Amino acid sequence: MTTTLALHPETVVATPPLLRVQDLSVSYGRTPVVHDVSFSIPRGGSLALIGESGSGKSTIARSVLRLLPRGTGRARGRVAFAGDDLLDLSEARFRPYRGRRIGFVPQDPAHALNPVRTVGSQAREAAALAGLADARAQRAASLDVFARVGLPDPARVYDSYPHQLSGGMLQRVLIGLAVLPRPELLVADEPTSALDVTIQKRILDLLDDLRTEDGIGLLLITHDLAIAAERTDEIVVLKDGRVQEAGSTRTVFAAPTSPYTVQLQADAPALNPDRYRGDVVDRGVDEWTTDTASARIHVRDVSKSFVVDGTPRPAVSGVSFRVPAGTTHALVGESGSGKTTTVRLLLGLESPDAGEILVDGQAVTGRTEQELRGIRRHLQLVYQNPFTSLDPTWSVARLVREPLDRYRIGTRAERSTRVAEALDAVGLPPELARRRPDALSGGQRQRVAIARALVLEPDVIVLDEPTSALDVTVQAGVFEVLRRLQRERGLTYLFVSHDLALVRQIADTVSVLKDGRVVEAGRVADVLSHPREQYTRALVEAIPRPLAALARPSESS
Amino acid sequence: MTAASLLAPRATIARVRGIRLSVPIGVIVSFVVVAVVLAWSLAPTLFTTQNPAQGVPADKLQGPSAAHVLGTDHLGRDLFARIVFGAQSSVTSALVAVTIGVVVGGLIGLLAGFLGSWTDVVLARFVDVLLAIPAFLLAVVIVSSLGFQTINAAIATGVSAVAVFARVMRAEVLRVRSSVFVEAARLQGGSNLHVLFRHVLPNASRSLVPLAVLQFGLSILVIAGLAFLGYGDPPPASDWGLLISAGKDYPRAPWLVVWPALVTVATVLSINRISRWLRRTS
Repeated sequence: MTTTLALHPETVVATPPLLRVQDLSVSYGRTPVVHDVSFSIPRGGSLALIGESGSGKSTIARSVLRLLPRGTGRARGRVAFAGDDLLDLSEARFRPYRGRRIGFVPQDPAHALNPVRTVGSQAREAAALAGLADARAQRAASLDVFARVGLPDPARVYDSYPHQLSGGMLQRVLIGLAVLPRPELLVADEPTSALDVTIQKRILDLLDDLRTEDGIGLLLITHDLAIAAERTDEIVVLKDGRVQEAGSTRTVFAAPTSPYTVQLQADAPALNPDRYRGDVVDRGVDEWTTDTASARIHVRDVSKSFVVDGTPRPAVSGVSFRVPAGTTHALVGESGSGKTTTVRLLLGLESPDAGEILVDGQAVTGRTEQELRGIRRHLQLVYQNPFTSLDPTWSVARLVREPLDRYRIGTRAERSTRVAEALDAVGLPPELARRRPDALSGGQRQRVAIARALVLEPDVIVLDEPTSALDVTVQAGVFEVLRRLQRERGLTYLFVSHDLALVRQIADTVSVLKDGRVVEAGRVADVLSHPREQYTRALVEAIPRPLAALARPSESS
Repeated sequence: MTAASLLAPRATIARVRGIRLSVPIGVIVSFVVVAVVLAWSLAPTLFTTQNPAQGVPADKLQGPSAAHVLGTDHLGRDLFARIVFGAQSSVTSALVAVTIGVVVGGLIGLLAGFLGSWTDVVLARFVDVLLAIPAFLLAVVIVSSLGFQTINAAIATGVSAVAVFARVMRAEVLRVRSSVFVEAARLQGGSNLHVLFRHVLPNASRSLVPLAVLQFGLSILVIAGLAFLGYGDPPPASDWGLLISAGKDYPRAPWLVVWPALVTVATVLSINRISRWLRRTS
């Protein structure tokens, strides 16, 4: 569970810190990215580097491991590991540190292993680093560590190729490989951001266990303040390569001094479950269970199977839900639970094997392409990843105008006005209209995608994890916009997510999906505070609880 | 507000230029070489006052001198003037060849990638057949059947390049077709043709640019080769391949071979360098 290691002050004084970073500055070419960063981690201690993308947190981790791009990356300052200055060492003398004494857990487990070699053959390399020369001993040590990190059937994992394992299992393998040589420090670069929430919790628990049992120091890099607060002793908040705030997690958390930390705290959904509650009360979704007439989206007993390797596999079976006009309904579940398939069925991108989908009383199913076109005019989608959903060769104005051009709405001048209005509605300055998507930030791109969905003035907008690729502060900005638009225009949202903290914040009603079935549905307040199903409970428990974690050690001491 | 909106794009352009100026010196030299050759082909009279077709027989086979910078040939014609005037047909014919390759090959690849199913199968087999025939041999056969003219040599070179462009285009179209923004365009009410020409084509053709530049250099070589073998315009035309071919008969006047060959090599090398740089930056 969330056993946060309480630090004994005596040990800190007695031994030199495991890692001490002093006045570290890093530049790529002539561009400085990290300025005078200092922090230290005691043996068995843990520290979180927090910041949004581009804040330099991964660069700091790479300097500690000396993995900066050769030629362009330059680090100045001091990085002392158990008293030895790592930056001064020659590459040959540094190599015994990397892997053996400092382990590294990368961000995306799917790309960190060689796809054409078995997991076992790569595990043996880690075992060889630990000083085991004999193949049998290497195998034994690998199987040991696989069992240690909680992989079921280590022997099967050992003989598998990376593509035969799930993301969570691969991340366990990578953590196993990192701790196999018994390092003193583990650097974990967003170890869970590519994983489902329940698996995220298990991975973080595993890191906690390794820390308490083996005394491994942990440098955790994350953008999630809630995770950092729940799992680490100390926090360093970074912005634009500068330290905004540093100190013990409890102090930073209880009384943040920098405005940036305050903002981060306010924007983290897990920390502010009731941020938008006022809206929900205003909308009065209590009648949801009784009122069937006003349903804007009505999904009835929909099933869909895909044929995989010759056998049909059900992706969605018997899913039903209703969304009243002007409210937000969330579809929640882990990857593979059928969320995306349900959305694609709703938009008519796939046709269901059985069941019926009504939007505004019109059936989406069994339509011709031409009829679907008419329905989609009132039904728009915002994709998960704004980096792939906008044509890179088009300007922002043209992207947003495209739906108007396609549906031949208004004159040329009227279209331009509506584009300007849509951009204004999502809070984008008009001078961005001439830019291409690659000259925009992730948050700006997602606003463009929302503007494009809005410009037709649809009744329903489907949001497919619209902020999972974005930082928390950007995410908060995007949801501010969505919330305001809902209030002003009475939009209906179908919101797909695996992040229950976010769902709790913004949705009125929720359907929890597992293996293509709805296991639980109802008002968010009921389902999330009193989950009836085991699966829902697991999802709810995976929401980080920094407040509880911070309260516990202070009670015991 | 308006001042900011005017300044913002200018700043990005300046930054982009700043990056481009920091590229290897070789690329800049390459651009200069190609610019000079293009200038020769557009306005040859600006670079030489001598007549490329008529010479003074008394001055024949003279070495490089102040009057004739690169020397004269067996009829006393100024070699530099002949190279400058030859640039026009060499460059335009290479352009024709590349255009044929890009347009026909690109169209085949676009249709094969976008329509799929049996269209793809038929077009892919056709491209396979084209690829199986050596490009130069195919060009020789085509010129032989069309007639010995530089423009026919250009057409032949273009046809033999179709297969390469079709292959690359098809692969790119397959990649772009499955991307999220193409599906988004359909959801916004875009028809098949709209999606094909407004989204798939512009994105897929991006990677065709470096290939087209590379093929431009290659075409100059192939057309020079065809001219050397006598498959181009007959004298007094002064295609670079023809100049080399004529010069080889006079071993006492090595400049007649060396200079046209050097110009050809320098041009093709520069174009290849630019193509490689384009591929890396795009």
